[in-house]
Amino acid sequence: MTSARSNRINWLGRLSPWVPTLVLVAVWQLASSRGWMSNRILPSPLGVAKAFWTLTLSGDIWANVKVSSLRALAGFIIGGSLGLGFGLLTGSFKTMETLFDTTLQMVRNIPPLALIPLVILWFGIDESAKVFLVSVGVFFPLYLNTFHGIRSVDRGLLEMARSYGLSGWPLYRDVILPGALPSILVGVRFSLGLMWVILIVAETISAQSGIGYMTMNAREFLQTDVMLVGILLYALLGKLADLLANGLSRYWLRWHPSYQGN
Amino acid sequence: MKQQGMIIQHSGRERDVVWAAVRRASLVEQGRQPGIAVQLRGVGKAYGEQTILRGIDLTIPPGELVAIVGRSGSGKSTLLRLLAGLDKVSGGTVAYDGASGAVSDNGIREDVRVMFQDSRLLPWKKVLANVALGLPRSRHHEARGVLEQVGLADRADDWPAHLSGGQRQRVALARALVHKPRLLLLDEPLGALDALTRIEMHALIERIWRANRFTALLVTHDPAEAIALADRVLLVEDGAIAMDLRVDLPRPRALGSAAFAALQDRLLRRLLQSDTAPGAEPVQDPGDISLQRSISEVRWAI
Repeated sequence: MTSARSNRINWLGRLSPWVPTLVLVAVWQLASSRGWMSNRILPSPLGVAKAFWTLTLSGDIWANVKVSSLRALAGFIIGGSLGLGFGLLTGSFKTMETLFDTTLQMVRNIPPLALIPLVILWFGIDESAKVFLVSVGVFFPLYLNTFHGIRSVDRGLLEMARSYGLSGWPLYRDVILPGALPSILVGVRFSLGLMWVILIVAETISAQSGIGYMTMNAREFLQTDVMLVGILLYALLGKLADLLANGLSRYWLRWHPSYQGN
Repeated sequence: MKQQGMIIQHSGRERDVVWAAVRRASLVEQGRQPGIAVQLRGVGKAYGEQTILRGIDLTIPPGELVAIVGRSGSGKSTLLRLLAGLDKVSGGTVAYDGASGAVSDNGIREDVRVMFQDSRLLPWKKVLANVALGLPRSRHHEARGVLEQVGLADRADDWPAHLSGGQRQRVALARALVHKPRLLLLDEPLGALDALTRIEMHALIERIWRANRFTALLVTHDPAEAIALADRVLLVEDGAIAMDLRVDLPRPRALGSAAFAALQDRLLRRLLQSDTAPGAEPVQDPGDISLQRSISEVRWAI
């Protein structure tokens, strides 16, 4: 009896984050089928699902998703590792901070998307342009959060570790890095969000393939349903990236009280 | 609800485990490490303009357990930090075993270990890894044995966040002991614990100290704790040692005995005075000052 009830509550708890989405889709479908909204402006959810199915059958969608994901991943790896590296350097060494931080803070205030004209001039419209833009975009959240994470490691723990004979790499590995990790992971989540935003814009402006290209191409032929499939794909991929980051946090921060107890 | 129940059950079990550990600790045959002799000559410490300690002369023979009491801000913790090498002296000399050298580059000695007020366990390492912190890999196996000494062998694979305050301090104690320190510095390690856990920790610390014979320095704000544990109680006041009280009670000490109560009363009175006597003149004979002070105060009151 009690377990059945708690099971049901558990179920509801799992489902509740999806309730607003489901309600939204239901209202949308209702509006379309009642004719309140022209299908040319916004096709019905069923129409979008149909378009998704056709694109899946033809294989177009997977080719484009693959291209976009690879771009995102490449940009994330390049920009992210640079951001992490610079953050570790400036966070750990005072001289590195004085050397780099001013410049980086200045560059940080340039929106990566403002670089698009220049990037097209430099790289043309091939892969490197998009990867470059994503790299620039994800660099700063990771840089800033890594720097902040290292600087905010508990002084008491550092003092304790030093007095227990730790220094150099062991001190870094056992105390500084794990202490900075929660902040670094916040940076990773910010970066992942930004990664998709920048990629979308870059692909929409200039691309021969990818989800952005697919949506822009659909606009030429007034295929609003395909455009919507593209937009929803971004939402799904963004959510997937977030889930991944969340999973990593859960694993790496399993010692952290706020990640325990379930 | 559920969690509350767990805590209650927990502290009951904890007590049993501590007593078991206390009994065991005295039986465990340790590699005998004699304590270190500490000698301070005219030691002072100032942060910028502010003088925290001045002209401290102090000799601690090997194996002695010394308690330092004083009001907050009196400089008692600073004195401990100087001995630990966490801070550098501004003047005077600190000598260990008669030699003032023999410290590593960062001023930390390998045979001196500190137990802090907060346990300062690394939250991302399990209990056993915390105890083994700073040990060379070849000695990692010793961590489990010491954890057993403090009665927490069964919690070796837990995260520190899952331990109670008393358990955390016992892990911190194990972490210090595994290095076989010749001087153990305890910076109000029991300040945040409840009364019962404190009494159990007193017994644990006393037994481990007696089994290992290291020199120990305990900073505390609690006169009863000082007298329960120490061979000698130092009162630090306005950056100087104002009283040096020898405690010659037999161990283990009965907290309720008349001699205990008399010493505690004397210490407490002297501590309370240190507030009412601002800018007190240098003390010539620390042993009897409490009596003189109280007489002069009574006369003033009349």
